[in-house]
Amino acid sequence: MDLLPHLVDLNADYARAIDNDELERWPDFFLDPCLYKVTTADNLAHGYESGIIYADSRGMLQDRVTALRQANIYDRQRYRHIVGLPSILARNGTELRVETPFLVVRTMRTGVMDLFATGRYLDVVPCDDERQSLRFRERLVVCDGARFDTLVALPL
Amino acid sequence: MDTIAECATTRRCWPSDSLTRVPYWVYQDEANFEDEQQRIFEGPAWNFVCLEADIPNRGDYRTTHVGAMPVIVVRDADGTINAFENRCAHRGALIAFDDGGNVQNTFRCVYHAWSYDLAGNLKGIAFEHGIHGAGGMQRDIRPEGHGPRKLRTTTLYGLVFATLSAETPPIEEYLGADVLGRIRRVLKGPLRIMGRFTQSLPNNWKLYVENVKDTYHASLLHLFFGTFRITRLTQGGGVLVSSDGGHHASYTIDRADDRQSTAYREQQIRSERSDYRLADPGLLDAVDEFGDDIRLQILSVFPGFILQQIQNCLAVRQVLPRGIDRTDLHWTYFGFADDTPEMNRRRLRQQNLVGPAGYVSMEDGCVGGFVQRGIAAAGEQVSVVEMGGEGADSQATRATETSVRGFWKAYRRCMGY
Repeated sequence: MDLLPHLVDLNADYARAIDNDELERWPDFFLDPCLYKVTTADNLAHGYESGIIYADSRGMLQDRVTALRQANIYDRQRYRHIVGLPSILARNGTELRVETPFLVVRTMRTGVMDLFATGRYLDVVPCDDERQSLRFRERLVVCDGARFDTLVALPL
Repeated sequence: MDTIAECATTRRCWPSDSLTRVPYWVYQDEANFEDEQQRIFEGPAWNFVCLEADIPNRGDYRTTHVGAMPVIVVRDADGTINAFENRCAHRGALIAFDDGGNVQNTFRCVYHAWSYDLAGNLKGIAFEHGIHGAGGMQRDIRPEGHGPRKLRTTTLYGLVFATLSAETPPIEEYLGADVLGRIRRVLKGPLRIMGRFTQSLPNNWKLYVENVKDTYHASLLHLFFGTFRITRLTQGGGVLVSSDGGHHASYTIDRADDRQSTAYREQQIRSERSDYRLADPGLLDAVDEFGDDIRLQILSVFPGFILQQIQNCLAVRQVLPRGIDRTDLHWTYFGFADDTPEMNRRRLRQQNLVGPAGYVSMEDGCVGGFVQRGIAAAGEQVSVVEMGGEGADSQATRATETSVRGFWKAYRRCMGY
């Protein structure tokens, strides 16, 4: 079965959930347990494990959304993800390893627009059950630069 | 027009002797910003430059800054650490332009291949004697006289500090016994770097340092701290301030009886939300790794170093000014070399509290910008820093701004205000 169109669908829907302010759908793109991490190419090269966002359960992803909705204070803003085509790096029968480039433009309440992040997603996507839609076992968000704006509120 | 002329001459006058008043121009004035480079960063201060764990082997180096000055920090052959200005004696180009690496014995400027040893001494000039007897350097030129400035370095429990001033006292004396003890408390063994991130702050560097020292805001601004009892002003704890005012350590002690406290609810404070629950409470699965019930300790060393222990989330932060209203905050997350896999995971999870996306720190990254924007037309006005009195002494409460006043005490002495 050709999985590429399914990966494209997965990425497109993932981006829509974040960009169209449907954050409550975001944790559902992941299996449980999972790994979601926002890091940098530099940390990856050094083998440093930390992320500025780190979740190893779907509950932690849900907590991110709850915190953004109920707890944290930040300027109103919106992302627009432009997600490139996925490259399937490896397929071992039951799972895919996929790399996908992205860029994110952020528009603040004031109208100020920035090229906010560029990088690649390094994903592990199980594909053993053809009846199920694809979800992420792992999604590493590897940003190209080591510098972040003062506020990274929404997930990438 | 008289008003403008008068403004220009009185601009640098501090409006009050009291530590409780801070003029807003101090976050806006270009001339003041330039003075800070000479009087503070190149003055009698220890500037944090890196961790020893960043440069474990001979020839390992990192590039960083002391205020605006680019600096190379490098491990020499005998294990000592040198620091010198990252500026070639010839035309002023950066000698090293990457974040770090290893150079064995020699730094070589890429522009004209002048070379330096690991102490920053000029060792070689390409084609010094010209080619076939023509060209070359005049014999009486002594280019080493234009060489990069050298900094004194000192190490302290794995931290590396540097200073340009001959007058800076030994680091132990600089910090005082209280703050020194609080650094030793956290840095209990060989460090293991877990990640590095740079956060661009849209505000003057001093607004960030004040925020770090401000124990009053922590549980008011940050819902995470309040609701989950990571720190609340009603918990035990206090603020230690060094005698010169410049350094501080604030701490929170876990106290079971606080769970019944209604002080926040009575004040109708936003950060008290009893209905707020985590789907995965593992984030708050902390252990008392230092054996003293201190759940949180935030420590600063003048001018721009912070050591943070929020439960098991450990980090150092380096504050570097980039302009009157721009600051780089360099985070290095760390654990210890002997961490178990469980402790490693605990730290990774708790790191969600800090950094640009931190449940706590994302707000600290924003409020500096809110102040910078709020004071845009208020250069001649002052802020009011009166919580907990007028002095800058250590206090056994955190409902105080004593360490913020301490910062201004040290700042004004350095700047001559």
